[in-house]
Amino acid sequence: MNRGVSWPALWLGIIGFGILYVPVMVMVVYSFNAGRLVSVWAGFSTKWYGELMQNDQVLEALGKSLWVAVNAATLSTVFGVLIALAFVRYGNFRFRLLLSALASTPLVMPEVVTGLSLLLLFIAMEGFLGWPAGRGLDTIIIAHTTFGMCFAAIVVQSRLRDFDMSIEEAAADLGATQPFIFFSITLPVIAPAVVAAWLLAFTLSFDDLVIASFVSGPGSSTLPIVVFSKVRLGVTPEINALATIMIALVAASVITASIIIYRNAAGRVATTQKGSQP
Amino acid sequence: MTPFIRIRNVTRRFGDVLAVDDLSLDIDRGELFCLLGASGCGKTTLLRMLAGFERVDSGSIEIDGIDMAAVPPAARPVNIMFQNYALFPHMSVADNIAYGLRRAGLPKPEIVARLEELLRLVRLDGMGGRKPHQLSGGQRQRVALARALARRPKLLLLDEPLAALDKKLREDTQFELVDIQERLETTFIVVTHDQEEAMTLASRIGVMDAGRLVQVDTPRTLYDRPCNSFIADFLGTVSFLEGVVASVNDGSIMVDGPVPVTAANPGGFAVGDVVRMAVRPEKIALGPEARGAINEIPVTVEDLAFTGVATNYRVIGPEGVRLKLTQPNRRGEAASLEWEQQGFVSFDPADVVLLRD
Ligand SMILES: Nc1ncnc2c1ncn2[C@@H]1O[C@H](COP(=O)(O)OP(=O)(O)OP(=O)(O)O)[C@@H](O)[C@H]1O
Ligand SMILES: [Mg+2]
Repeated sequence: MNRGVSWPALWLGIIGFGILYVPVMVMVVYSFNAGRLVSVWAGFSTKWYGELMQNDQVLEALGKSLWVAVNAATLSTVFGVLIALAFVRYGNFRFRLLLSALASTPLVMPEVVTGLSLLLLFIAMEGFLGWPAGRGLDTIIIAHTTFGMCFAAIVVQSRLRDFDMSIEEAAADLGATQPFIFFSITLPVIAPAVVAAWLLAFTLSFDDLVIASFVSGPGSSTLPIVVFSKVRLGVTPEINALATIMIALVAASVITASIIIYRNAAGRVATTQKGSQP
Repeated sequence: MTPFIRIRNVTRRFGDVLAVDDLSLDIDRGELFCLLGASGCGKTTLLRMLAGFERVDSGSIEIDGIDMAAVPPAARPVNIMFQNYALFPHMSVADNIAYGLRRAGLPKPEIVARLEELLRLVRLDGMGGRKPHQLSGGQRQRVALARALARRPKLLLLDEPLAALDKKLREDTQFELVDIQERLETTFIVVTHDQEEAMTLASRIGVMDAGRLVQVDTPRTLYDRPCNSFIADFLGTVSFLEGVVASVNDGSIMVDGPVPVTAANPGGFAVGDVVRMAVRPEKIALGPEARGAINEIPVTVEDLAFTGVATNYRVIGPEGVRLKLTQPNRRGEAASLEWEQQGFVSFDPADVVLLRD
């Protein structure tokens, strides 16, 4: 059974991917259901997508979610890169181990705890500093950045670890000095990891419900919050359509990240042709 | 005249390891200087101190009359070609080479002109658009060389520049390197642990051991007049004979030992001194008959190996004295000796190097 299909492996694959994707596919299929009942197929239709487009509440929430996700992802990436640089470059400074453990606790912290503690912090800050005034999109962005940057840091750190330091020394040797070396040499080389970190932080922010519900205020409901409140009144095909769109969005960003990483990895045939033209 | 590079009592330690130990060295302008030494003896550390990447724990480095202590790498009149080339992977060959020129703020037309010139110099014309990963090892090495030469440094440091190349390409590139160095009249310091490479390239060689310079001399002097048995053994093949000085004349010294040897008198030796004598294999003659020459020793062939240009012998003499020697393969000459055969070796007193250790 060298070249042929290995049946046990195939079945394991089918079962594994089935567990992952059957629920999602059921939802996608039912988003094209003509009937109102979620569990009864009544023919193909795209009318729920049409209705979704008419739904101002949903569209507004989508806009807010995107705004929050873009900002949170950008801030997360900036801080994540800084954290990664600190841990990889500044070697064995004091309390390094403690700090690196602290930097990754948000990954395992229950979201309810994170959300609650941030809420308490914001309330306290408002009392003492007068900022942030109430809770809104800003507080959600800050909250998402606090955990997004930890993920970003991990992604960037792994790339930075196998970064060849001597190319930075070569740049210094050729007359470049620090901020320029970072932007002309370091950043372009770790760019794939930075983009991947941004996309990861984006998706994390885009689908967060728990933390956002703690730190959002009136008029700042993001898409997951709206979806969740709608679902409590019953699942409608409209919700299925909305979820399908969210899946498409997330899938697009994951695929983009994979392509960017793949293009920079070993398979360099495409760039070979591009590069040889002066 | 003050030397171009003046290294004074430089020391660098990493924890318990003395990577460079109280080292002093002067190098003149336009020299091609080779640093030679076994792995871990501190060659790279010394180069990195010259380039400014490694702290100098004590001592001083002066380049062209200026103390380098407070000068950052970017401001030194020095460029380095790294052991692993350290090309910028995301930039084309042309951008790699022009990086230093752009930093120097040269006008565009001049950058273009110099780029062309450098690409021609390292024979990479028309490859400016390629990325480093699209080049062979030898081409990458030439890009690294061009990039390091671009700013016309007063001093170029090359850390094992040819280590990644195969033997044939390495030999070609050695001559190319010497050629480029002579044309540009830049001072080169080349690090290598390949003694043949050092001999081919250098005008002077510094042999390092455990962070110290053992001997600094021209390749010829190092080979013919090593200052101790470490150097003699490190550079090429050598046979050692032990003995005690029996008599000292004007021109020669007689040494008593397992076999009595007459050596040319280098001065400074007295009767009763314990000495080691080093003889190079190509300086020893081998024949089936005794000819009554000086330093003639009866031997038995223990081992022989044909290498193409020559045959290498290992012979054993009286009292278990072992000698290594090389006989060139010339047509018409009787195939000297075979396995287990007996014969005589002899060598000129002038070819015996007397050492104290
Ligand atoms: N950053 C460092 N930290 C600790 N020890 C170091 C460091 N750099 C070098 N050393 C030690 O200093 C000594 C000299 O190292 P160096 O790299 O200069 O050797 P080298 O002569 O260049 O060897 P090679 O021929 O293998 O390149 C070695 O014992 C090495 O282990
Ligand atoms: Mg080295």
